[in-house]
Amino acid sequence: MIGAELTSEAERSARHVAGQRLFERLFRGTTLAMAILVLLVLGGVAVSLVHGAWPALSRFKLAFIVRQVWNPVTDEYGALGAIYGTLVTSLIALVFAVPISFGIAVFLTELAPAWLKRPVGVAIELLAAVPSIIFGIWGLFVFAPLLQQYAQPWIIDTLGSIPGIGALFQGPPFGIGVLTAGIVLAIMIIPFISAVMRDVFETVPDVLKESGYGLGATTWEVVWQVVVPYSRAGMVGGIMLGLGRALGETMAVTFVIGNAHDIYASLLAPGTTISATIANEFTEATTALYRSSLIALGALLFLITFSVIAAARLMLLRLGRRALPSA
Amino acid sequence: MRRRTIRRLKNVAALGLSAAATLIGLAFLGAILWTLFAEGLSGFSVSLFTQMTPPPGSSGGGLLNAIYGSVILTLLGIAMGAPVGVLAGTYLAEYGRSSRLSTAVRFINDVLLSAPSIIIGLFAYELVVAPMGHFSAISGALALAIIAMPVIVRTTEDMLTLVPQGMKDASTALGAYPWRTIVSVAYPAARSGMVTGLLLAVARISGESAPLLFTALNNQFWSTNLREPIANLPVVIFTFALSPYQNWQQLAWSAALLITLTILVLSIIARIAVSRLSPGGRRG
Repeated sequence: MIGAELTSEAERSARHVAGQRLFERLFRGTTLAMAILVLLVLGGVAVSLVHGAWPALSRFKLAFIVRQVWNPVTDEYGALGAIYGTLVTSLIALVFAVPISFGIAVFLTELAPAWLKRPVGVAIELLAAVPSIIFGIWGLFVFAPLLQQYAQPWIIDTLGSIPGIGALFQGPPFGIGVLTAGIVLAIMIIPFISAVMRDVFETVPDVLKESGYGLGATTWEVVWQVVVPYSRAGMVGGIMLGLGRALGETMAVTFVIGNAHDIYASLLAPGTTISATIANEFTEATTALYRSSLIALGALLFLITFSVIAAARLMLLRLGRRALPSA
Repeated sequence: MRRRTIRRLKNVAALGLSAAATLIGLAFLGAILWTLFAEGLSGFSVSLFTQMTPPPGSSGGGLLNAIYGSVILTLLGIAMGAPVGVLAGTYLAEYGRSSRLSTAVRFINDVLLSAPSIIIGLFAYELVVAPMGHFSAISGALALAIIAMPVIVRTTEDMLTLVPQGMKDASTALGAYPWRTIVSVAYPAARSGMVTGLLLAVARISGESAPLLFTALNNQFWSTNLREPIANLPVVIFTFALSPYQNWQQLAWSAALLITLTILVLSIIARIAVSRLSPGGRRG
């Protein structure tokens, strides 16, 4: 009697252990599978882009990248105009965004009183949460007319008459164009760059800064000669992360760049970017080759942004994961 | 003495400029919000939430089908992205904390986190739309899921890593298998942080328009069929804002205000939740 009870107790316990083991294997296996799925998604993106781009790439070969033609009527496509626009708008964005982001990071880490730090920091981060399309309609209906009315005539009159670089600032003030797209991009990437810079500035050991102050340095001297050299790698990583954003940004640019496949010397002229071209033309692409050329543009963009983002992440990796922004 | 004055002046100038930079940043946020309220608020009425998007050139109408579509797409995107994200994050934090695979997954996940959303849209197009032969709500939801996934992987891992090892050890000492420790000890302890991650992911994908342009597309009518194109706020804003019809433009502004307010409120709630969780930590 007692023996039977014991066996059933032992059996139950053995069954329990077996069940637990099985469940453990299942759970562990599922989490592992999902982790691998993350890798597969990126791989899948690459494979599907190359697959979709293949007809265009096999037709135009490498000339696709260097030809400046975009003609749906004759079915001739080359990416140079879009690549040029992508690089130039992103460069303009960095020119404006980097100094402003640096200023914001300095303000938040060194200057702002404790009670102001958090609300200002959150407000800047909220700027990053505003959807891209909102920047687009604001840029088109509010910002571009302002530029057209006030800033651009002045730019054309002053910078446009300088020999050499003047060619960059000539032509009629359209409001929309490459320069406007670059500035709107700058506003969009400021929160990303300043968040990374602020976080790397905060990793500077207080002892180092206090040593600077102890030697009689001013706040600015401590920032420029202690904080900046210490966090140089992180700052570059943050800037490249912002560049990655700017290169791939779509909706805001689509609204304000003017969508012209030609390359003009003037930054005030309309242009296009890779992402704006895809967004504008994909649903209207009538021939298979047209669609494939657009996907080839996407593959190019993927290649460019992947390299930039990967380089940025590698630079930031050394600083530890805490210093990375989550979005 | 003069050198000291110059240094002081330089200091004041540099710090003044940094304060000015901050003001510029805040001014842009203010300007955008002000525009949205000024242009969008006048269009807020009951019909905005009860009527369908109107045909071109007509008056009246609302955004009901677009609001419904956006909610459906976002929920589906989260429903698909969250399980993958949570489980992958669990692997990174608990099972393979320092394995080589985890390092690779973390790196690729960080790349996905910053990948252009329009590329994810192209992927969903190639994967679902091209084989199906037509645009569909489900392809849009898939694109959104892929955008939400890396956010959730990241926050899940971060939050699980914050759970004290002692708590997990206590559970193990009682004889619990790792899965039991994770489900019954780690998840509850990290719950509010993980919910914050979900909120951030919702905020991130609910305003995405680029990947929806050639997946979910748009639909002028009420549709609940996931195999058909579905209306959604971002694409409605895109189409209506660039149209010549005054009524459509007004609806675009109202939609813009609606979506921005929703996202800002979600982001603020997520941040408050995080700051409650860890007094030292600022970010989610």
